[in-house]
Parts: sequence; C-alpha cells; structure tokens
Amino acid sequence: MKKIFYIPVFVLLLLSWGCNDDEFLNRPPTNILTEEQVWGDEGQVLSLLGNLYNRYVDLGNFRDFQRQWNLDPLTGWTRVADFNEAFWSESGRYNQFQNSGWDLNTWSIWDYGYIREMNLFIQKCEAAEKLSPAAKERFLAEARFLRASYYFELVKRMGGVPLILEPMTYDFSGDPTYLQHARAKESEIYDFVIKEAGEIKAKLPANAGEKSRATQAAALAMQARAALYAGSLAKYGVNTPSVSLPGGEVGIPANLATGYYTKALEAAKEIINGSVGAYALYTKKPDLSENFSSIFYDKANNPEAIFVDDYKLQSGKVHYFTGSNQPRYGAEEEEGGRINPSLNFVEAFEKLDNTFARIPTTNASGAPIYYTNQTDIFEGRDARLAGTVMLPGTTFKGRAVDIWAGFQLGNGSIVSGDDRGAQKTLPGKTVPEQVVGFDGPIDGFEFTAQTGFYLRKYLDPVVGSGQRGVNSEVWFIRYRYAEVLLNAAEAAFELKQPAVAAGYMNQVRARAGLTKPLVAGDITFDRIAHERRVELAFEGHYHYDIQRWRIAHIVMDGNAITAADLSKDLGKATKRNTQPWALWPYKVYEPGSPNNGKWIYKTVKLSRVTGADRFQLGNYYSLITDEVVNNNPKIVRNPNH
Amino acid sequence: MKIRFHFIPCLAMLALLASCEKDNFTEPKSTLSGRIVYNGEPIGVEYNQVRLQLWQPGFGKLAAIDAQVDQSGAYSAMLFNGNYKLVFPKGRGPFKTLEKDAAAKDTLFVTLEGDKQVDVEVRPYYMIRTPQFAGAENKVTATLKLEKIITGAEAKDIERLSLFINKTQLVSRATNVSVTDIAGADIKNLNAITLQTEIPTLVPTQKYVFARVGVKIKDVEDMIFSPVQKVEF
Repeated sequence: MKKIFYIPVFVLLLLSWGCNDDEFLNRPPTNILTEEQVWGDEGQVLSLLGNLYNRYVDLGNFRDFQRQWNLDPLTGWTRVADFNEAFWSESGRYNQFQNSGWDLNTWSIWDYGYIREMNLFIQKCEAAEKLSPAAKERFLAEARFLRASYYFELVKRMGGVPLILEPMTYDFSGDPTYLQHARAKESEIYDFVIKEAGEIKAKLPANAGEKSRATQAAALAMQARAALYAGSLAKYGVNTPSVSLPGGEVGIPANLATGYYTKALEAAKEIINGSVGAYALYTKKPDLSENFSSIFYDKANNPEAIFVDDYKLQSGKVHYFTGSNQPRYGAEEEEGGRINPSLNFVEAFEKLDNTFARIPTTNASGAPIYYTNQTDIFEGRDARLAGTVMLPGTTFKGRAVDIWAGFQLGNGSIVSGDDRGAQKTLPGKTVPEQVVGFDGPIDGFEFTAQTGFYLRKYLDPVVGSGQRGVNSEVWFIRYRYAEVLLNAAEAAFELKQPAVAAGYMNQVRARAGLTKPLVAGDITFDRIAHERRVELAFEGHYHYDIQRWRIAHIVMDGNAITAADLSKDLGKATKRNTQPWALWPYKVYEPGSPNNGKWIYKTVKLSRVTGADRFQLGNYYSLITDEVVNNNPKIVRNPNH
Repeated sequence: MKIRFHFIPCLAMLALLASCEKDNFTEPKSTLSGRIVYNGEPIGVEYNQVRLQLWQPGFGKLAAIDAQVDQSGAYSAMLFNGNYKLVFPKGRGPFKTLEKDAAAKDTLFVTLEGDKQVDVEVRPYYMIRTPQFAGAENKVTATLKLEKIITGAEAKDIERLSLFINKTQLVSRATNVSVTDIAGADIKNLNAITLQTEIPTLVPTQKYVFARVGVKIKDVEDMIFSPVQKVEF
C-alpha cells in the first residue's frame, strides 16, 4: 500500500527537479493569442475575419438574432415569414395575428461594437507587416465589404446613422463630446455602400465557386441592391411626405432617383454579362418545381448562389429551420410545421398564361368544384408555387403530407376530428376510420398545417435534418443570380427601358415554367412587385420591398380581409394583406354519387386570426432608443417617434 | 441552541422592518390630466394611437413618459410633483400643434403641485360637426358636417371618411365589426354627408351597436373621430 503512494510522489519529485524556474514562469499563455501572433499568421487573421462574417445581419435568417438595448431577440425563422405571407402554427405566436401592428422598435439594430471591431480589424490589418500583400489586400477588402453590408442593414432599418470609419477610443478626459457624431444623411450611407463596393471589387477574387466569402460578384450584387433601394426611396418617398427629416437623415431627394437606378442597372449588368464569374440560373432538374426548391439546398456547383451564410454538419454551425418547419406527420421530431404559407400568398402565383386568378374552389354560380386528385386545384400554375409551398397531396422526404380537414357528407354536414388523424364512424359504416389528416388542418392546433399549407423553400430533404441532435446544413442565400436579374429588371423599368426589363424578367419566368414571354408593354410596377414577391418569397425581401416602395402602410392598413377582398385585385402590389387566410381540403363522402371520394376546397379564416395588421408611418424607420439619444444629443429622432 | 433559535428570526425581522422605511419611494400622487381641444372642444382620436410625451428635465438621463390619449381626446398621468414639458411626438395626431414662440416651439411647460388639469390646444385639419346616428333594421346611418379648419398652404385633403361600428365602446380601425368608406374625392358637399353601413350578425345577439365616424386625412396617419354613440336598432 505504501509503495503505491511513494512511487508517484517520487516520480513527481523527479519531474519538478527538472524544471528551470525562470522558464516555467515565462511560458506563453495557452488560452490567448497575442496581437503579434494573430497578425503574423494568415490562418489566425482568417479566423478573426470568420468571426466578423458570422455576425453579418440579414432581414431574414435561420438563426436567432440577439439585439442591444435589452430588446427581445428576433427569432430567425419568423423573420422570413412575416407580414402575413404565412401564419405561424405555434401557440406561443398566435398573438402576432391578434394584435394590430408592430412596435416601433421591432426591427431596431444599433451594434456599433461590431462596427468598432471591423474598424479595428481594418486598422490593424493595414499595419500588419508579416502578411503577404495579396492576402492582406483580400482581407482588407472583405472587412470593408462586411462593414458596408452592416451599414446597408442599418440604413434600411434606421435611416441615416453616424458613419464611423475609425475605431474611436475614449481618452478619459471627462469630456466625451468628440466621440459624438451626428447622423449622416440617408443618401450618404447609401453612397458609402455603393462607393465601397466599387472600390473593393477589384481586390476580391472573381470566383463563382466561392460562396461564403466575399467575391467580386458579391460586391457587385450588394452595389446593385443598395443603388436600387436608394433609387426607389428617392422615387417613392414623395408618397409619404411625413416620413422624412429636414436634415435628410431620413428621405432621399427625388432628383437622385435616376442616378441610383442607372448605377443599379450597371452593377447588375456586370454580373449578368459574366465578367466576374460564371453565374447563371439553376436549371439542373427537369421537374421545374423540384428544380426551384433545389436552388436552396443543392450546395454542389450551384451556379445561382452568389453570397451565402453557409452551415456545416458536425461543425457547430448548423440550424434547425427544417426541424421547426417540417411537416409534422412522420417527422423526425414531434414538431414542425410552424410556417404555414397563407392563401393570400398562394393565390398570388400566376397561371401559366400570365394571368392572375383565384384558386378555384367554386364555379361561377357558387357551387363547389369537385377535384379527383388533391393537387388538381393547383394545376396550371407557376412552378414556383409547388417549389415554395408544400401543397396538400405532395410529398416531402418521400412521404406524402396528409393535409385534409375532414369528410363532407351529401347533406352538407362535415365529419371531422380535433386531433391529428382522429377516427370517427361515418354514417352507414360500422368501423371508425380516419376523418382528418395527420397534418391537420385543425384550427388552433399547433404544428399542423392550419392554413392548409406547409413551407417547402429552404427545407432540407436530407435524412436527419429535422432532428434536434443533427440539424441541417442548408445555406441561407443572401445574394443570388435571380435577384440580380430582377434588380436589373426593376432598375431598367424605372429608367423607362421596359423592353430591357422584360428580357431580364423573362429569364426568371421561363425557369418557372411561364412559357409566354412578357413584352415591353406588359411591364408595370405591379408586375415588377409581383415577380419579386413570388420569386424571392421567404428570403427576407418582401419586408423591405414594400417598405422602400412606400406601400407598406397601404398593404397593411389595419382593415380586416373579407372573403370578397381575397379574390379581387390579384397581382396588384397594393392589395391588402393584413391577415392570413386558409384553404382547407375536404374529402366527399356520398356513397352512390359520382362525387364520392373526390375533393372540394373551402376558404377559411382561422379563429386565431383576430387582429388586422397596420403598418404605421413610424414603422418605416425603427426607433432609436432614449439611451442613444441621451448619450449623444446630436442624434435626431426618426419621424413619428 | 435555544438562544440561536430566537435570535436569528428576530434579527431578520428587525432587518426587514428597518429596510422598509429606507428602501421604498412614495408613489407618485399628483394627477396631470386634460384633453386635446380645439377652441375648448375635445378632439376624438383612436384608442391608444395618439400619445403625449411628458419630459421631466433635471434628473440626468431622459426618457419620455408616454400619456396615451383615449377615444374622447382625454389623457391623464400619475406623476411626482415637479416641472414637466408636454409635447406631441413629431408627426403624431390629426392636427397641427400651436407654436408659441421660436424658443418654446409647441412645448407646454407645466409645474405640477398636486392634481392639475391642462387642456392642450391644437389646430385640427377638420372638425366633425353635428354627427347624428340612426339605427334601422340591420343598418346604421350617420349624417354629419365637416368643417375645414386649416386652410391655405397647410391645408390637406380628405383621403376618406369612414363609419365604424362595433359591439363594444372601443370603435376604431383595429376593432370594428363593420365599416363603410367614402373616398374623399366623392364628397361633394361638406355640409351634408351621409354614410350607411350594414350590421353583420352579432354573436351573441345584441340590439345595439356603438358607432363613430372617422376622417382620414391625406398624408396624416391618425384619424379624427366623432364621439362614440350607442345606436339601438
């Protein structure tokens, strides 16, 4: 026993005897890197830059986003499905459909800590001597790209903000006034983004295979988008004269519109003509709907993605978007289905002959139309519909979604259940059978397809993607080629070149199966707005599109939607969209009748939807809190706050 | 053991009692209330949409105390005695504020020592005059006159006129069971306007509704409303 104790003690003594005390105390720390170590090694600098990349802010996102000022975090998946384009089938979120609008700080961001760190990165990188000139140039350009991206995001949400391009340091003199900067004009921030993109472009690689780091195409795509946004703010800002500030912190003079639109078209054309890499629309699969949904999860040689937020399995950077929104029946976890696209959104998709029509549930005289197959009602529509929305009667991961609301009997009464796949005995039968789908829709029952639809866009078809322990590595596409085409089309339209606009739009539309090309005369503002709504749905674009066109307060005017409203003015950009509606399929049970076993559809207003959204003029620019105004008296408040 | 048993709770009790006096502020006791008026007449607005901001300078960091204006144009706030500034957030309200002079602009200075009534005088774009509501079988009819108050360069057109009805006394854009709009361009004579809206099936059944008329002014977010009236049918 004693031996066992003595031997290790002896070994320890022996070891400690071997130490040189001075060196022992001078060992470098193992948990922290010195400035020299970081700036002397390209791998370390890249990991610093990776941290800055990971803090990039988008309007739509998969990850939850923490905010300053003790504001509630923004839940990633809800941002992509906001504004009644979808209903959220989760009991904790029904209140979003029971109130009448948004707080003034709903979209506020103000992370000057992030900006300071990017400025520090730029300052130190410029001073670093051990980096190779090529690597240094690229790092600097990337940091400037990220800084411009964040200013772009700030100006979208807050209007003009203080433009800080140096890491500021407090000198402890007791007088912080030299740190206080006034807000720049809104146009100045846009000018800054456009200028930065132009300057860094040549320093970035032109490589279509590089998706998650900034490339020439990413810089150009940002430039085109920023110029387009600024142009539309200048042009349409006149429609809301009270949303402006005398100092120009909010609002862009109308005479600048043409210049911005021209810049946007130029930048977009540079990507389209292929000088910065081989980007193209994704057309790998013959089935057009499947092709459309594949854009978002096919990460192998995807020519459409320009700049993405990439994820990787087993790396720690994964997301649970698929788990949150997968069809619940047979899912890998007992949850999912949170995003239910609304009928309003589904009806926005055109028919293949370029006309708008409501989903035909009844004929002209009001009698229900009987369909043999569940999907027949959606026949002959834009292929993007089935690529974006999981329709009843379609499949996901090889399994059919089971969406039907019940049996409709010959006498008009309905047999349904209040649990998923509930069983009841139909009249004339003796054995109970399933009377409602395993995916619902059941009113007020969370995770079922309460509107009759599930989301398909961005859902990962890989096995395990809906499991809490595995998650998904589908990327979030920030810039893609189709958006560049639509940006070019919008800029060309605003510059009175409708034929050019039609050419760009037709490329996008042809991929969606719309074979009849638009001609110059067809291009209107409503057409442009509609194309962006259906192509870029659930990618975080709708929010800012209606905002920069200054139509958000018309689209969401606080009036409830009636069934009659639902079917009129389809394809009109200012159509009211204050409440999500539902479309419920019923199976006909009428033995002996030719209609037995067929499907009918009913439009339904969900009982949980009681409020109607009103977008206030004060929502156009988010709230800058009192905290910021107190610390910096030079900050002026946004209008209507 | 026995001593500790008594000693510890006693000490805790003492500590608690002692802290009561020291730690707690007295609650604010003075009420500042009033109405938004034009020549002494209250201006009806939407519930919880228009707000007055109260600022109390002198205590370091500033944050406004919001006083919501209710449907009848009244506001109230429970405050500490002291000096306050009253101001409307820029762009809120269906009216223009009165500018006293270049220094004070439209800010009202109030010294509070006990309860106080302060009516805030403003200039509305329009006033609703003599609104009359009549209920009939499944419909409500309203007749009214509109007076254009602000004329000249600052004048704004009427975007639309709406008759709202609801089952409860809260009647607005967000809460109504039925609404009828007339576009501003369709109003030919401001002195004789009639609106009519249908009463939908009410669940549970009731033989009355509450009605009010609202004016939406072009480029102004908040609407001017008539007083709420109970209409039997």
